[in-house]
Amino acid sequence: MLYREAGQFKTTYAADMAIFPIRQDRVALALLLAFAFVGVPLLSTYHIWPLGSDYLLRAILLPFLILALAAIGVNILVGYCGQISLGSGAFMAIGAYSAYKFGTGVHLPIAWLGTEISIAPLPVLASILLGGLMAAIVGILFGIPSLRIKGLYLAVATLAAQFFFDWVFLRVKWFTNYAPSGSVNAPDLNFFGVTFHTPIERYLLCLIFVTVFAFMAKNLVRGNLGRQWMAIRDMDIAAELMGIRPLYAKLTAFAVSSFIVGIAGALWAFVYLGSWEPLAFSIDRSLQLLFMVIIGGLGSILGSFLGAGFILILPIMLNLIPTELGVPLSTETITHLEFIIFGSIICYLLIKEPHGFARLWSIGKEKLRLWPFPY
Amino acid sequence: MVRNTLVLAAAVLTGAALATPAAAQGEQFIPILSYRTGAYAVNGVPYANGVADYYNLVNERDGGINGVKLLVEECETGYATDKGVECYERLKGKGPTGAAFINPLSTGITFALTEKTTTDKIPIITMGYGRADSKNGAVFMWNFPLLGTYWSAADIAIQHVAKELGGADKLKGKKISLLYHDSPYGKEPIPALQALAQKHGFEFTPIPVTHPGVEQKSQWLSIRQNKPDYVLVWGWGVMNGTAVKEAAAVAYPRDKMIGVWWSGAEPDVTPAGDQAVGYKALMLQHGAGKFKVHEEIQKHVHAKGKGLGKDDFGQVLYNRGVVNAMLGVEAIRKAQEKFGKKPLTGEQVRWGLENLNLTEARIKELGFEGVLKPVKISCTDHEGARDGRVQQWDGKAWKVISGWYTANQATTEPLVKDISAKYAAEKKITPRDCSKES
Repeated sequence: MLYREAGQFKTTYAADMAIFPIRQDRVALALLLAFAFVGVPLLSTYHIWPLGSDYLLRAILLPFLILALAAIGVNILVGYCGQISLGSGAFMAIGAYSAYKFGTGVHLPIAWLGTEISIAPLPVLASILLGGLMAAIVGILFGIPSLRIKGLYLAVATLAAQFFFDWVFLRVKWFTNYAPSGSVNAPDLNFFGVTFHTPIERYLLCLIFVTVFAFMAKNLVRGNLGRQWMAIRDMDIAAELMGIRPLYAKLTAFAVSSFIVGIAGALWAFVYLGSWEPLAFSIDRSLQLLFMVIIGGLGSILGSFLGAGFILILPIMLNLIPTELGVPLSTETITHLEFIIFGSIICYLLIKEPHGFARLWSIGKEKLRLWPFPY
Repeated sequence: MVRNTLVLAAAVLTGAALATPAAAQGEQFIPILSYRTGAYAVNGVPYANGVADYYNLVNERDGGINGVKLLVEECETGYATDKGVECYERLKGKGPTGAAFINPLSTGITFALTEKTTTDKIPIITMGYGRADSKNGAVFMWNFPLLGTYWSAADIAIQHVAKELGGADKLKGKKISLLYHDSPYGKEPIPALQALAQKHGFEFTPIPVTHPGVEQKSQWLSIRQNKPDYVLVWGWGVMNGTAVKEAAAVAYPRDKMIGVWWSGAEPDVTPAGDQAVGYKALMLQHGAGKFKVHEEIQKHVHAKGKGLGKDDFGQVLYNRGVVNAMLGVEAIRKAQEKFGKKPLTGEQVRWGLENLNLTEARIKELGFEGVLKPVKISCTDHEGARDGRVQQWDGKAWKVISGWYTANQATTEPLVKDISAKYAAEKKITPRDCSKES
């Protein structure tokens, strides 16, 4: 009754090709964005539940936004183009460390030419974008094997990227500006003269990045390029026969995906952690991102958000509930219970709905169309 | 059915969100970041038990600090930095005045929290670990690496090696390797050891071990080829036990291995059995054993069935937890002298930490005689004391085999100045003028 597009006539091509063709979707999205951009900061400023303290903002919303952005990046590669990648953590690390180098100034002596590359410290915004760009370049390089190998074999090849870059950022001291402990500190978050200090400013910063890139990704996947990726995913030989160039399609998928993942990595390091070591971008991070995409729904931008929320927030909730209810359990038991329950929920979900939350969402929408008179 | 489940879940969630923590007014909140699961749990459990038991003792025996009860909550970090940050955010604002201080028990989490605690105004106590340059309180106002930093540890280890060799001049031309956990924790001592190598003329080789440290075959192969005179072990969790076993496998003499104070507890040597006999480790002042404070814990906490430490009671890491908790409690007591006998904020406790002065008499009064030497913290010196001894595992227990060493500040002080100044420049901190602090 409420969710039905009957009566919404499209009279122009532009309306027909709109990013959200159904009016109810547009309204819901506008409300969500208004809440995220205006509601959350207001609640937080006036300390209204549940944003009474910084906890929700700093420990849940901030990492959720950044990891959702990274999941969008991974989803483009894995969900839309069908290229399994286990190297997402490495691309996050490349984004983070490149942004760090650009943000603190690059000095690279080239002995055999007798010269050196020297770049003065760049503004933070430029550093973060350049971090994404570096990740995109490396992504293209590590995407080249995908032209010859497929499926699980490609996953193993991207795993090489993961271990290689773990090693590089751990061992090559140049990347950490010769910090004795190997741990580096992000520069001040100064955007056009304004320094972002408070959690709410940091949240808004990430929100802007996530909104912009989510819309870009959403637009990209329904356009020419996205259709090429999906054709390659569904059957690469057929796609090739139809005139889609695998080289171009696969490498653009790697580039776009790594760019977004790199930006997410830079935000993770600069905005969320503030001080980090290569362990923050280990293989665990890659797997975490891959699980987000699988559970959220392969080939769905919305699914990236749902998956990120599930993988990140549910364990924290499971961990919090016994303490908040005052159940006298040791932290050890709570942690073990968290693993058991979380694992069982994943198994249950994947049996019930192998296509993830995004599929559940669209089933829900179908049902809503028929409500209240289902047939 | 599904709807019922959903309703139930929603009810549980709202219930969880609405239930306010039982924080009575007039309690001092102290968070415990611990790890009882994961690759580092063998070391994390005894430590966390010691900390919890001592806070319990203060509550049960004295009714809190001058009548202000301690409210304690534990959060599991699993030694992971992101979990640690989440725990910190979760606990920092609890209780009537927020967290008094925070003990991350992980150098990685310390690095991540250093900036956050500065804005939140919560002191961060890193007893025997953390950033070595944070000894300089002028720059690191909120960090307290009490009782010894890794640079002090490196100096004490080299002093002991020199003594075993028969003099500092004998170090020349010797080979000393550092087998370290490849994380900020393991990398911390490297600058100090490099400086010492230059000073004494020994050859220094750092050998990294990847987290969590169960795979060390290639490292020990290279040690076998290089034949260093001594191997310093900077490990944690399963890495320590593995190092001892691998040393035995390549027949490297265990008495030429010296662990840092985080690589010298019972869980590090017992898995290796007889192979561990002869292994040496530094002591962060205290060692294993039961002292007067243990009797008190036994009487007031364990007898009431509230004690956590059972098998690990009186072990090295349990005792370290007790000492750590005691220093925090004494800092709060000191701060109460100035700010009144009520729950204090992190900022007030910071003053207490910076002006902490534990004399011999006070240590005896607290039941820590024989555990600890006097500690005096000041603005310029957030470390307070840099004394250590060396202990050796005889197959059953740790035996103290050396007298007291005091780390030579001549070596470490230039490094502290240099690296903390770099941090200050990077973070645009203007160092405080310590002569004006009171």
